[in-house]
Amino acid sequence: MTATPAPLRLALLAGGGLAAALVIGLMVGPASLGPGEVLAEVADRMPFVSLDSGLSEREASILWDIRAPRVVLGMLVGAALAGSGAAYQGVFRNPLADPYLLGVAAGAGLGATIVIVFAGPGSVLVPLAAFVGAIAAVVATYGLGAAAGGRRTGLTLILAGVAMASFLTALQTFVQQQNTDVIREVYSWILGRLGTAGWGEVRLMLPYAAVSFVALVLHRRLLDVLAVGEEEAGTLGVRPALVRGVVVVAASLAAAAAVAVAGLIGFVGIIVPHTVRLLAGPSYRRIVPLSLVAGAAFLVLADVAARSVLSPAEIPIGVVTAFVGGPFFLLVLRTARKGLA
Amino acid sequence: MTAITVSGLTVAYNGHPVVDDVSLEVPDGAWVCLIGPNGAGKTTVLRALSGAVPYRGSVAMGGSDLAGLGRRAASRIVAVVPQDPVVPPGMAAADYVLLGRTPHLGYLAAETIGDRRIVWEVMERLDCADLAERRLDRLSGGERQRVVLARALAQEPSVLLLDEPTSALDIGHQQHVLELVEGLRRERGVTVVSALHDLTLAAQYAERLVLLDRGVIVADGSPDAVLTEDALSRFSGAKVEILRSADGSPVVVPRRQP
Repeated sequence: MTATPAPLRLALLAGGGLAAALVIGLMVGPASLGPGEVLAEVADRMPFVSLDSGLSEREASILWDIRAPRVVLGMLVGAALAGSGAAYQGVFRNPLADPYLLGVAAGAGLGATIVIVFAGPGSVLVPLAAFVGAIAAVVATYGLGAAAGGRRTGLTLILAGVAMASFLTALQTFVQQQNTDVIREVYSWILGRLGTAGWGEVRLMLPYAAVSFVALVLHRRLLDVLAVGEEEAGTLGVRPALVRGVVVVAASLAAAAAVAVAGLIGFVGIIVPHTVRLLAGPSYRRIVPLSLVAGAAFLVLADVAARSVLSPAEIPIGVVTAFVGGPFFLLVLRTARKGLA
Repeated sequence: MTAITVSGLTVAYNGHPVVDDVSLEVPDGAWVCLIGPNGAGKTTVLRALSGAVPYRGSVAMGGSDLAGLGRRAASRIVAVVPQDPVVPPGMAAADYVLLGRTPHLGYLAAETIGDRRIVWEVMERLDCADLAERRLDRLSGGERQRVVLARALAQEPSVLLLDEPTSALDIGHQQHVLELVEGLRRERGVTVVSALHDLTLAAQYAERLVLLDRGVIVADGSPDAVLTEDALSRFSGAKVEILRSADGSPVVVPRRQP
């Protein structure tokens, strides 16, 4: 018998985890806010509810103008990375696929580096350049895959992605070495961060994330159909190349938007979907939605660690995800193996 | 009525013809078996009939041209049991059979209770309802073959294409699977085209055998007419003796070289 827990229980677990992560994310910081006050303040903003949270005006402003945008951005970025990772793994039937597989990271890195070099550090154009670079890289990978393989099978696309990524990384390294004064800036971008100034980044990312999340969730059943391979999926009446194309576009859009606002945050796209898979079984009907929720919760918590462990200094969030995620993943792998064997 | 009409079917891989000008008519509810040596083109003919490979010539299913039908419509008529089906690791048998409902669902639609009921009925019919929760990659060969057959049946096809459905099974399970297919043919009037290695089994279940050699049909007719010592020696390079079973069907027995 399979040892997968009931879907409802997992959904409740993931939802509860995300809610807890959000409250913790809003509470923790240099000015500590109590959970009751945070909940009351959030409830007060809901329609038809009027509550006095007891927070001072300054505390309320910290909550809404500093912490909330950062927590919401963490949610969106985490969901985007984990959701697109899950989608890539399904579409390419490859457990090692991650959101950066088709060159999103390398393209974004090149775009960001060029802008940092020519427009100076802290330019408002960095996210835009990273986004354009990421999308351009995926388009180029698709074109290369077609040119090389004739038929764009999953494998030719992966190989084209590898070639494209190393080409773009070479370009990025070249530009960076010509301008050694910006190495620090580029490096901190590459390590990933959720530093925000108000709601700007959230507004930037939200439309792409929303469209992509809806598309990925709607395609969850078709990802299961793709699991039987190109030819058999075809005899079941599905056009694998079409499904793959739509899912790759949606996933790449989310990944590119995440990279544009938060830099390169590694590991989330692989660890979260695999943890979900070990707990919920191999069906993408569950993996896709649960990865979105679990990814959001994971990144919010990782960000809490990133900004509180060495407070007032911050650790790059990419360091936290790798440092915590690696051992955690091994633990899950171990316990799941024992349970299922 | 004619279920399948194939005329001038030619398939080439890299410019090499592997199926050459094959023409075939299969009546409704018939069981036709493709036989022939390895590499004769049996699998390729089946793949062409399911629209999985590009071909020249024409294939019509129930009077409508396969190429004009589109994938979704075609997959409601034709279901395939591949020789070596892809087994998604960890997938539960019932979820796998549920994939067979894909042709009846809109692009982004989810399955309904009705779809799940059909899956249940099909699995009951094929004696594999008790496997529903089991992982596909942990089933025995015979169990897995029944589940794959159930997925094809969940498509509610009128034509069933079977590529060596018994190749991985022992003799008891071979018989079991072929009996199930024969039952479906009788109950539901499903038309069956299969490739089979075992010529004795082919003669027992199919009413008509089509012998292929290097992509060309070299004999087509009743088992008695096709299975001759001469033909099998010429096309399969086999020294065999044709015996008769008690019910009169031919039995192919290999003869050891002196």
